[in-house]
Amino acid sequence: MLKITDLKVNYGGIEAVKGISLEVPEGEVVTLIGANGAGKSTTLRTIAGLVKPAGGRVEFMGEDITGKDPTSIVKKGITLVPEGRKIFPDLTVLENLKIGAYMRKDDLTDDLNWVYDLFPRLKERHWQAGGTLSGGEQQMLAVGRALMSRPKLIMMDEPSLGLAPLIVRGIFDIIREIHKQGVTILLIEQNANMALQAADMGYVMETGRITLSGPGQELLTNEAVKAAYLGA
Amino acid sequence: MLQQEKSKKGSFIALICIAALLALVVLVENLGALVPNLPSVLRPTSQLFIVLKKGAVYSLVAVSMNLLNGFTGLFSLGQAGFMLLGAYTYAILTVPMANKDQVYYLFGGSAVKFSLQELFGGLFGNTGVGGAVSLVLGVLVALILAGLVAAFFAWLIGLPVLRLKSDYLAIATLGFAEILRAIFQWQKLGPVTNGANMIKSFPTFSSFNVQNADGEVVLRLSTFVPFLVAVVCIAVIVLLITSSYGRAFKAIREDEIAAEAMGINLAKHKSLSFCISSFFAGVGGALFAMYATNAQAKAFTSTMTYEILLIVVIGGIGSISGSCIATFLYVACSEWWLRFLDTPVILDSGFQIPLLRDGFRMVVFSIIIMIVVLFFRKGIMGEKELPDLFRKRKKKAAPAAAAGEEGSSNG
Ligand SMILES: Nc1ncnc2c1ncn2[C@@H]1O[C@H](COP(=O)(O)OP(=O)(O)O)[C@@H](O)[C@H]1O
Ligand SMILES: [Mg+2]
Repeated sequence: MLKITDLKVNYGGIEAVKGISLEVPEGEVVTLIGANGAGKSTTLRTIAGLVKPAGGRVEFMGEDITGKDPTSIVKKGITLVPEGRKIFPDLTVLENLKIGAYMRKDDLTDDLNWVYDLFPRLKERHWQAGGTLSGGEQQMLAVGRALMSRPKLIMMDEPSLGLAPLIVRGIFDIIREIHKQGVTILLIEQNANMALQAADMGYVMETGRITLSGPGQELLTNEAVKAAYLGA
Repeated sequence: MLQQEKSKKGSFIALICIAALLALVVLVENLGALVPNLPSVLRPTSQLFIVLKKGAVYSLVAVSMNLLNGFTGLFSLGQAGFMLLGAYTYAILTVPMANKDQVYYLFGGSAVKFSLQELFGGLFGNTGVGGAVSLVLGVLVALILAGLVAAFFAWLIGLPVLRLKSDYLAIATLGFAEILRAIFQWQKLGPVTNGANMIKSFPTFSSFNVQNADGEVVLRLSTFVPFLVAVVCIAVIVLLITSSYGRAFKAIREDEIAAEAMGINLAKHKSLSFCISSFFAGVGGALFAMYATNAQAKAFTSTMTYEILLIVVIGGIGSISGSCIATFLYVACSEWWLRFLDTPVILDSGFQIPLLRDGFRMVVFSIIIMIVVLFFRKGIMGEKELPDLFRKRKKKAAPAAAAGEEGSSNG
């Protein structure tokens, strides 16, 4: 579904991504793990069109979308849940969700109900300002907001960042649930253990390059991965 | 279904309130003709009507500024510049042919060889009902053109300027307004702008007072007209803010990166907000010219922008009703309630009350403003609107029901 070939991204001379290739097949969960500063977020931001690549190619459902603007990329069905959630703090939960559906002009009732079914908490608090939610609820809102655009591919940038272990487990349950409902997922995590357990395919990124890849279960038992990311 | 019905009911109530307000304005304005021996406050010469007229004009400008600064989070200080464009557009297009030579006497007449209301006069006649229709249409078209000219310039300077962030945007727009002020006083443009002289003798608010054959005023509409224009414009802005565009503006204010990630085109929406805000500032500028009965570049200083910014801050950044309430309080204080502080009072005993002298009003006024800003950090209304206050009351009585209602008001 998503195919990246030899993608390179620079920030004013600094090479953040140095030619990576990866593939996300339709209906699968693919995870990209790696240490801080490896270039994971940059990769996602480039796919989302927020950053222009210096080279390489991004293909979505057979179409070249390299360097397209974020608006057309959202329209094509790719949505990013940004790192650090970035919900709209002074807007209500409902308004946040509606902005997620900004590119769509059709009726939102079904999708609102879908998101509310996934996150009953959001329904309870739909009138509350986003900024007054707890960290876990804000993450739910960020995911819900992204789902409102009815994406074919949802990209999540470290959804477990700064959340308590119990909440993280909840977030991963949701990821599995969304996946079950047919949404393809590209997931970035530092929490490699949980990410690899949830993923069909895993890629390991180090300083702008992909150093390892394989089925999630396989990487979980890989000695190098264990040593570097699983703390074993 | 239920949600839609509720929001329909809300707009219906709002419409009735607005109609009632406008009717009240006409009534109060014409009380003099209906009731003999009216208290002086309500007589047509009262300061009250000056406050109401200026308040209506400033409300519109304040709300237009709030749309940009409060709802879209773009800190622009170009308001006076766009008002200037609107005021001049209106004035240049509506000075009647008969008055042009006298107004533009330094430049041997005007380069603009028509006036809008007289163009319509060619169709509908210049006297009686036809004359009234021509006047209304001419002024209406001039107001719209005033807005469009301002919006066009906003679009033009927006291309480079809207890339700038916060303070830089403020400085750039402030500079733009100052440059405009200088250009409009340039003698070379005299045949159009009348150089450093003011343009006057165009239709003002009092031109809308209905007179009988003897020239006596039978129906006053001079306060109603600015109210009507301001109410219609503010209603349009409110509709915009509650639409999906308004939500996109707020999203940009809250977090540009997240807004962009949701597919909101930042450049397009910022420019849209800037143009719409400037359009209404232009209309507001034209109304200001009508209020002041003249258009002159000197009036549209950065002080005027600061005044409006102050109103927006006092009313609450992000609250339309806050801006309106703050405008009337501000204008009433500065033009009316505190006037007595500027008049020296000498008692019968020959004792002069200390401090009361020219300029003391501004001292007291500044202190009041400081106190307001200190005690209402987020302005009088914060980000709330008037209807929210009523809703809050209900909420205490029945939390669950009110929660549902508030959600639906966003729907
Ligand atoms: N906006 C930016 N400007 C300059 N350098 C950046 C920017 N964002 C990230 N970088 C740099 O790019 C590299 C990769 O960062 P990032 O993609 O955020 O990594 P990760 O998400 O894997 O932690 C880092 O060295 C970081 O310092
Ligand atoms: Mg990152």
